[in-house]
Amino acid sequence: MATVRVPSGPGEPSNGEPGSLSAPTPPAAGGLVTGAGVPPTVGGLPAAGGGITGARSLRRMARAVTANRKATIGTVLLTFFILVAVFPGVIAHDDPQAEIYPRLLGLSSRHLLGTTALGQDMFAQVVYGTRPVLLIAFGVGLLATVVAMLIGVAAAYLGGAWDGTLNVITDVLLVIPLFPLLIIIGSYLHGAGTAVMIAVIAATGWSYTARQLRAQALSLRNRDFLNAAKVRGERRLYVIVVEIIPTMTSLLVAAFLTNALYAVLFSASLQFIGLGDPNVTSWGTMLYWAENNEAFQVAPLWIIVPGLCIVALGAAFALLNYAFDEIGNPALRPVRRTAVTRAGPVTAPAARRRLRVKRTE
Amino acid sequence: MRFALRRLGFFLLTLWAALTLNFVLPRLMPGDPALAILGKLKAGASPQALHVIEQQFGIGTHQNVVAQYFGYLGNVATLKFGSSLTTQPGAPVGRIILNAIPWTLGLVGVTTVLAFVLGTGIGIVAAWRRGTWLDGVMPPIFVIMTVIPFFWLGLILILIFGVKLRLLPYFFSYTYTLTPAFTPSFIGNVLEHAILPALALLLTTIGTWILTMRNTMITTLAEDYVRMARAKGLPGRRIMLDYAARNAILPNLTGFAMSLGFVLGGAILVEYVFNYQGVGWLLLQAVQNTDYPLMQALFLLITLGVLVAILLSDLATAILDPRTRAAR
Repeated sequence: MATVRVPSGPGEPSNGEPGSLSAPTPPAAGGLVTGAGVPPTVGGLPAAGGGITGARSLRRMARAVTANRKATIGTVLLTFFILVAVFPGVIAHDDPQAEIYPRLLGLSSRHLLGTTALGQDMFAQVVYGTRPVLLIAFGVGLLATVVAMLIGVAAAYLGGAWDGTLNVITDVLLVIPLFPLLIIIGSYLHGAGTAVMIAVIAATGWSYTARQLRAQALSLRNRDFLNAAKVRGERRLYVIVVEIIPTMTSLLVAAFLTNALYAVLFSASLQFIGLGDPNVTSWGTMLYWAENNEAFQVAPLWIIVPGLCIVALGAAFALLNYAFDEIGNPALRPVRRTAVTRAGPVTAPAARRRLRVKRTE
Repeated sequence: MRFALRRLGFFLLTLWAALTLNFVLPRLMPGDPALAILGKLKAGASPQALHVIEQQFGIGTHQNVVAQYFGYLGNVATLKFGSSLTTQPGAPVGRIILNAIPWTLGLVGVTTVLAFVLGTGIGIVAAWRRGTWLDGVMPPIFVIMTVIPFFWLGLILILIFGVKLRLLPYFFSYTYTLTPAFTPSFIGNVLEHAILPALALLLTTIGTWILTMRNTMITTLAEDYVRMARAKGLPGRRIMLDYAARNAILPNLTGFAMSLGFVLGGAILVEYVFNYQGVGWLLLQAVQNTDYPLMQALFLLITLGVLVAILLSDLATAILDPRTRAAR
């Protein structure tokens, strides 16, 4: 079994085409894509003989997270929201739906954010609104990533007609405009609750990550450890589940983050235009009720606070994603000790600045 | 040639998929939306409208599903989209949509081009000046900018510039009382109404361009020919623009062509928040009024826009870059 050396820490920056789909490029630590047009700079973390398990690469990722500032901020934000979602009753003492207070009260110690035009405590709404949003984010993140993984890996590993068919399905779904499609589906559903929302967004949103995972699986197809498994006579399912999928841990995390981020934005948008279940307390429905109750004039906080929460949660997912990208593709990291030579013409002040950076580290 | 045919095949396949979704979705949904709307309309609906619904959803007509399906495909092929049920009762769907298209193209189209040009420019400079404040501060800020929902930024802009400061109008695309005409004052009025929605779009989309351009540019700056240019002592600006940016921009151009396809359906919520009477606003009107013929036609139009853009950008890339032809 050939062992491919896995560069630890900053490897070489990928030159040229960072992920030509079929070429068996040597792994350069896991990575993901930040934008359209840039193919995944993947090369699974542990290509070494299939002996490294997902747990170990997870541990490696945990180390990388603490070393990267963006990742740290993202983790802290996300942990905060998870805590709020799990224990809303500890933080807010009001029933978020109860319309029992005078309308449009200002800020006070009793009502930290005042009350809505319907007489609900706004702080309680924001706090209790966290749970459905996170449920949707994690639900879609998991579901869409599992679908993407199954389809992407199956396409790459089975090849032939399977690959062709699955690829066409993925491509078609990839180009059909998702948000209009969600609006259409939402309009037939009349008030989608949390579970329906998860199902609909996951069912339509897996294609982008399926593409990335397929590319990764393709690059693994002719590796020795897979051939060895074949020679041993392992079943296809075993090879896919035990040999291929653990090598894609970092990419799966990235896919999860991407899908979760889209779920937050899409679900909030759908709820805002009234296609969600208006009786669920969540940030999107808060904005819906705010817009329908002249909040511009009477209660600006009703608009500002739920939106800020959406942005903060979205930023948590996006920062984590971006940080993983930097961890996977060292060329993108903020310039520190190393990359000085290719960082543009070294003018005197710039050089001094860089030296200073070097010393402070 | 074979490549072009394959792309054309994919184009037709996706178009067929969108059509089929339009046909299948209302029939799959629980609680039969067609019956619901029929019940809602019964009171005040003209026999014409009832006839349209019956045709569209196959109620009462004793055809089987297959015959309905082919009838539907035939209608679309001959551009018969039926007439609006509730938004503008009785008016042909095609005409309603044609009135909305120019507004969306003007607002979203111009903003998309602007975001691409500005974002790419900033991305080039940010990559070139790695390690300076520009590069250190910009990427995280724009990562956050890209997760701000369009519609919320729109609401905030309305709150600040419209309601509090009373600086700019934020309702409709021109002052209601004016009659549209090609006079300087009317055009000025239209432009004034476009500022806030355009700003909301620009701020939320520019980040993606900056980040992708910066990242491809950084990869390109590590290439040997850039180092060679430096070794030759060429001026920095020339290396930045003619050597690095020129090559790094290629994948971004494809992305730009794609984004032009998403113009029609890309700003639904911005149009909604500002009551800007474009395609997206119309789609939400149709949704809120359960005007299914209008809704389905709009979905088809939005998908078609994306498909045409992809087809054109694919063909353009194939002509410009022979490697892609060989690779597929």
